[in-house]
Amino acid sequence: MPITPATPERHAIGLAMKRKEDPRFIQGRGRYLDDIVLPNMLFLALVHSPYPHARIVKIDKTDALAMPGVKAVITGEDLVAANLGWIPTFHGYDKQMVLAVGKAVFQYQEVAGVVATSREAAFDAAELVEVEYEPLEVIVDPFVAMKDATIIRDDRENKTNHIYHWEVGKRDETNAALAASDVHISGKMEFQRVHPAPLETCGIVADMNGGSGRLTLYLTSQAPHAHRTVVSLVTGIPEDKIHVISPDIGGGFGNKVPVYPGYVVATAASVILGSPVKWVENRTENLTTSGFARDYHMNVEIGATTAGKVTALKVTTVADHGAFDAAADPTKYPAGMFGIVTGSYDFPIAFTELDAYFTNKAPGGIAYRCSFRVTEASYAIERGMDMLAQRLGMDPAELRLKNFVKKEQFPYPSPLGFVYDSGDYHRTLEKALGKIGYGDLRREQAEKRKRGEYMGIGISTFTEVVGAGPSKLFDIMGIKMFDSAEIRIHPTGSGIVRTGTRHQGQGHETTWAQIVAEELGLDPQNILVEEGDTDTAPYGLGTYASRSTPVAGGAIALAARKIREKAKKIAAHVLEVSEDDIEWEDYKFKVSGVPGKSITMKEIAFAAYTNPAPDSEPGLEATFYYDPPNLTFPHGAYIAVVDVDAETGETKVRRFLAIDDCGVVINPMIVEGQIHGGLTEGFAIAFMQEIRFDASGNHLNTNFTEYLVPTSLETPAWETDNTVTPSPHHPLGAKGVGESPNVGSPAAFVNAVVDALSPLGITHIDMPLTRAKVWHAIQAAKA
Amino acid sequence: MKIRVTVNGALYERDVEPRMLLAYFLREQCGFTGTHVGCDSSSCGVCVVMLDNERAVKSCTMFAVMADGHEVTTVEGLANGTELHALQQAFWDCHGLQCGYCTPGMMMTSLVLLKQNPDPTEAEIRAALAGNLCRCTGYQNIVKSVEQAAGALAPAAVVAK
Repeated sequence: MPITPATPERHAIGLAMKRKEDPRFIQGRGRYLDDIVLPNMLFLALVHSPYPHARIVKIDKTDALAMPGVKAVITGEDLVAANLGWIPTFHGYDKQMVLAVGKAVFQYQEVAGVVATSREAAFDAAELVEVEYEPLEVIVDPFVAMKDATIIRDDRENKTNHIYHWEVGKRDETNAALAASDVHISGKMEFQRVHPAPLETCGIVADMNGGSGRLTLYLTSQAPHAHRTVVSLVTGIPEDKIHVISPDIGGGFGNKVPVYPGYVVATAASVILGSPVKWVENRTENLTTSGFARDYHMNVEIGATTAGKVTALKVTTVADHGAFDAAADPTKYPAGMFGIVTGSYDFPIAFTELDAYFTNKAPGGIAYRCSFRVTEASYAIERGMDMLAQRLGMDPAELRLKNFVKKEQFPYPSPLGFVYDSGDYHRTLEKALGKIGYGDLRREQAEKRKRGEYMGIGISTFTEVVGAGPSKLFDIMGIKMFDSAEIRIHPTGSGIVRTGTRHQGQGHETTWAQIVAEELGLDPQNILVEEGDTDTAPYGLGTYASRSTPVAGGAIALAARKIREKAKKIAAHVLEVSEDDIEWEDYKFKVSGVPGKSITMKEIAFAAYTNPAPDSEPGLEATFYYDPPNLTFPHGAYIAVVDVDAETGETKVRRFLAIDDCGVVINPMIVEGQIHGGLTEGFAIAFMQEIRFDASGNHLNTNFTEYLVPTSLETPAWETDNTVTPSPHHPLGAKGVGESPNVGSPAAFVNAVVDALSPLGITHIDMPLTRAKVWHAIQAAKA
Repeated sequence: MKIRVTVNGALYERDVEPRMLLAYFLREQCGFTGTHVGCDSSSCGVCVVMLDNERAVKSCTMFAVMADGHEVTTVEGLANGTELHALQQAFWDCHGLQCGYCTPGMMMTSLVLLKQNPDPTEAEIRAALAGNLCRCTGYQNIVKSVEQAAGALAPAAVVAK
């Protein structure tokens, strides 16, 4: 994307301003959770179950308690006695054990906590907690779980592993349309279990101050206000007595949305012992116990005419939720936004249904760089469209262009219930095809095929749904998913903006300042952005699901406009003219018809405190709670070019072009950075990552030597560009971008590899496309 | 065990447990929290520091006692007072960081690379950084940052080339 140099006097939106948060990070002065040290701080270490499913016969604390420095050993039964044995899950369909009560239901489940005067003492003593287990039958496959031969959650009233059934759309009509279609493809595909694995793990410092009666929680939290409310609801501590501070966060990607047992145990320990208690996950705990993502087993059916016009879509999913239904989805959307599965295409009719099951695996189902299951849905439709193109013998770009929702159809009511705000899918794909030289690439591919070489071109033209969301539809534990902003302009024309969001690398300290600067004509360098402190920030639902710019960004713009309204009164007062004669132009107030008579916002700020208008309050500040009227629908066209070595199964990504349309861009440098990062995560998912279990329920990816994160060596060079289709309802026309690349790219990679291998008759390979898996697929196809 | 370690130019004499890792020594005994911990298995590189002005080491894979008598440079030792080091400036200019957690390790590895190879190619930079994971940036802007820093640090001869 073009980078425009920032100058303070120019308007701020659209500028590639360098980040205001960076100076502290590049000097090692970020303050992350584990950097926080309080007087008399104790440390918590957790004891984990080695068994995926086992009755707990006995827990003996004696040896652990006898260790020097040990202050307490806490078990599930202790927490049950304190009424903290179980906590509600976010969407309210289930509850979750804090520490194992009666039995452990997944390997590495938290069974006991040891609190001691040092990290080392806590870990040493944790080794000495003796737990006697009686192993039980293990289920790791949701297709086995559905038989209900063994019930994992016998604490529940319904003795079944089935959690819920969800469906949307018209079943009978869709089935009929599929049956009547000239062409009908049906493809099974898995979106494997993956983990966000931010480089900073999750952690807490819980500090119950016996003097003030206040509980301060320093927490790796993407949603500090929501966490404060949950803590209050669970513990009964009044919300004013709880202070959540989310310090600098070393990456979140959805991992830092849920409430984890370590948080609860540390908090309970601080309340009991009256000292601050720190708990920081190690990498194994992070990968084995906290928020996994995906694990959807999908079947996609598409009907079409022989000319390639789609007629119907049906997607059936079996979801593996692990041992607790802890999926972080809005209450009314148990399968998140999976209804976006019709994607960018104008399906006359569609139906999708999903059944979720318990298995003996860690809970989670979090929205990993994804707006609640959009990634799974996007993968399903983009893979499905390529399967259809392959069946029809049609170019996948041509098939897409033929079936896109047209720009004049917006606002577009999708058959599964969303109203897409805006888009121009043809323009975006055509830009991508032109920019990558699609025709030349296809010609090159044809030449290579003659020589027996496997080159592939994969397209993904996804539509996302982000920015949850309108309060009539979206809530988490009943709390509506609005967001908020408070802006205070100081007498000398600088200011502070606070929001209910919490960045984890997204650059809010810069982009929020740019929004305020744009709306008020102030210098973004002098607008401080503060997030993550529940004592000072207005209430908001946090940063995930690409909701910060769509929701909090709207709140900031509208709070700034409230300030501008008030400033107009002050301008009229100071310039001694009627308010009707005042115009906002070129980032200052001017008197209409009187050239040269104007006043800047900086001057007005001073007047607000020294010479306030007689009919208004002194000061210059505003708060806005923004309830978005609709979601936003970013889209993009991604093209991957790969070369597959049929001898080794190795795939080389030769080129990858991402054309994104996230509406109006606030900071193109930051947007491009988000795209690079998300593409790299999508690349990892497509080629390297899977949280795997053996048949006995053993977790096979417990650290970074087994759960692979791509390095600078494997990661391809990314080419990016954009189109701009503003959101018609967002105050700035912005749509959100952080997740698009992770949502859109996996299908582009897989489509490219399958395209390369299509001469062998291969129609699908499940991710991750490791060398071994691709090699086996080639061998099977050749056999 | 009593050890003497020079960190960012100052001498730290401490009595530490033999099992204490250098990363925790730097963070908890010396207060240099810019050195982070991310994986416990020497995989991620957020803990990289420079040893004796010549070697990039993962401080989670070295005991503090092994640094006895040695000199350690952490991210806090990069800037010259308030003047940013060329690497710091470049990471800022090129958007080479997002959450900032891997950044200190990235810069310390790059520092050693540029000492050994003042004019690295993109491939050489990517190879040198292969032990430092980043989940946010996709590395492209990190590579750009190192290239810019190399240019800024280069002696006139390299610039002329």
